[in-house]
Amino acid sequence: MSNANSMVLDFEKTIVEVEAKIEGLKMAAKDEGVDISKEINRLQEKLERQLKISYANLTPWQKAQVARHPDRPHCLDYVGSLIEDFVPLAGDRNFADDPTMIGGIGRFKGISVVVIGQEKGHDLESRIKYNFGMAKPEGYRKAQRLMSMADKFNLPVISFVDTDGAYPGVEAEARGQAEAIASSIERCLQIKTPIVSTVIGMGGSGGAIAIAAADRILMLENSIYSIISPEACSSILWRSTDKVKEAAEALRFTAQDLKHFGVIDEVIKEPLGGAHRDRKATIEAVGDSILKHLKELLPINGEDLRRQRTEKFLEMGRHLPD
Amino acid sequence: MNWLTDFVRPKIKKTAPIEIADNLWEKCPECGQMLFSKELKKSMYVCTRCGHHLRLYVHKRLRLLFDNGEYSPIAIPPLKEDPLKFKDSKKYTDRLRNYRKTTGSEDAIRVAKGEIGGITCVVAAIDFAFMGGSMGMAVGEGIVRAAEICLKNNYPLITVSASGGARMQEGILSLMQMARTTAAINQLKEKGIPFISILTDPTTGGVSASFAMLGDVNIAEKGCLIGFAGPRVIEQTIREKLPDGFQRAEYLQEHGMVDIVVTRSEMKDTLVRVISILTHVKPAVQTLAIENK
Repeated sequence: MSNANSMVLDFEKTIVEVEAKIEGLKMAAKDEGVDISKEINRLQEKLERQLKISYANLTPWQKAQVARHPDRPHCLDYVGSLIEDFVPLAGDRNFADDPTMIGGIGRFKGISVVVIGQEKGHDLESRIKYNFGMAKPEGYRKAQRLMSMADKFNLPVISFVDTDGAYPGVEAEARGQAEAIASSIERCLQIKTPIVSTVIGMGGSGGAIAIAAADRILMLENSIYSIISPEACSSILWRSTDKVKEAAEALRFTAQDLKHFGVIDEVIKEPLGGAHRDRKATIEAVGDSILKHLKELLPINGEDLRRQRTEKFLEMGRHLPD
Repeated sequence: MNWLTDFVRPKIKKTAPIEIADNLWEKCPECGQMLFSKELKKSMYVCTRCGHHLRLYVHKRLRLLFDNGEYSPIAIPPLKEDPLKFKDSKKYTDRLRNYRKTTGSEDAIRVAKGEIGGITCVVAAIDFAFMGGSMGMAVGEGIVRAAEICLKNNYPLITVSASGGARMQEGILSLMQMARTTAAINQLKEKGIPFISILTDPTTGGVSASFAMLGDVNIAEKGCLIGFAGPRVIEQTIREKLPDGFQRAEYLQEHGMVDIVVTRSEMKDTLVRVISILTHVKPAVQTLAIENK
């Protein structure tokens, strides 16, 4: 999918140029009725070659850019495509509803589930509505409430992680952002139903793990999951804003790195050229992967499941590869 | 005379930390008052003029909490060092080596067993002097180990937090400590073993957003900074100055996040009361009343 208004990443310039040429030729062919399919085919091949070359060798910094690409499918896109009969549920029953934290019940490939996840928005208006994907304490308390509901009605939890981090603001602090995140992690670990989390774009630190202390943690190929953003890391450790590439290298936050460290369970392949080039295929791949893991988890007795989840985290990092 | 001034040195000398140069005078970071070291020791490192609580070295903290200042250190099994092979302007391994030299600690945590009011407890205390008390794999492992010992022996667990948050140099593995420590604490909760979280200056980031906020009882030291995001990050987000007292212990109490705010001299008595009541044991010592603020 190419969109004239979409953001162009610097390493994608050649790709986008070829894409534009192909579009132009297609238009011309349609208008003038000439057969230039050979030329189009030649360009298509060139495009694929270029995409393969670029995307096979993305640097961590480029991956961070792809992970934040505005055209990537976001939480609501996954919910819209993968969840049937979705019933959005609002509020933390305490203070407010946090629109950032999407939550509700529905059917995922025939299985009744609870869905939670952060939505970033796709244009200025919706980005403001969803607070740029940064949830507030009421969002994490809403997630907790829904996880409790999942536990009560024996519903598996599917979570979609896509946030730069929890919201750092005065009112968030006043309402206990730290406690809300801590308790949300705790609730993930307490429930007796399966929980499968997928990092679909940005896994931003505490705000991400709050809904991702899961039985299975999956990551899209070009998503990242990090303790800190490369920008913040650059400014803290290098005391400079122009060391983002170095910071991105050093932090080892790519999906492939996390698989290597045994932190996540699966890297889900994205279509050639990244999730933003074929949203439908990306969403399908994520759905297939979640289903595969859910099928493995559903037969496990609830108490065992909870014990295994606890042990998994207690053991994490104790046997790292060299 | 009190139990502080005539404390008995910890039993194991080998792990005793290197004392930072014995300066005769120290300046109060709050009011600027010059404070005589001997006086400071007597006042538990609380400014005699303005009451500001100076940051405590972790071994001093442990001595203040355990009966007669006696405790036995618990070794933390080492995990892989520098898993990311992290390097910024300096290698992470070099930073570690420097901090080990200056603090005498292996990493930013000490775990110790001993009696508090006659009740055997395990204390896991974070060492702010070691890389800002940042939580990486070693700190996480310390909390997990401490909780495991408590789980096996039915001892109450006490954590003392003083941390800027997660340790960036260990990347995602430091983030995972939030889930690891929470999982460890949760096991205690399932068994009905008390977990008391003491929050001291400062407790922010990944530490406040995991085990530190999950105490059955959260006790904060007077005036300490507690929050998720650091004040500078918030100021950058909202682009205005933060109000006085924001994110201080008293503010957290007002907002329902901590149970008790105490001065340093009230800390031990408060702890003894809480533990003894939760474990149905009569404490070996008399405790002072806690004021209902």
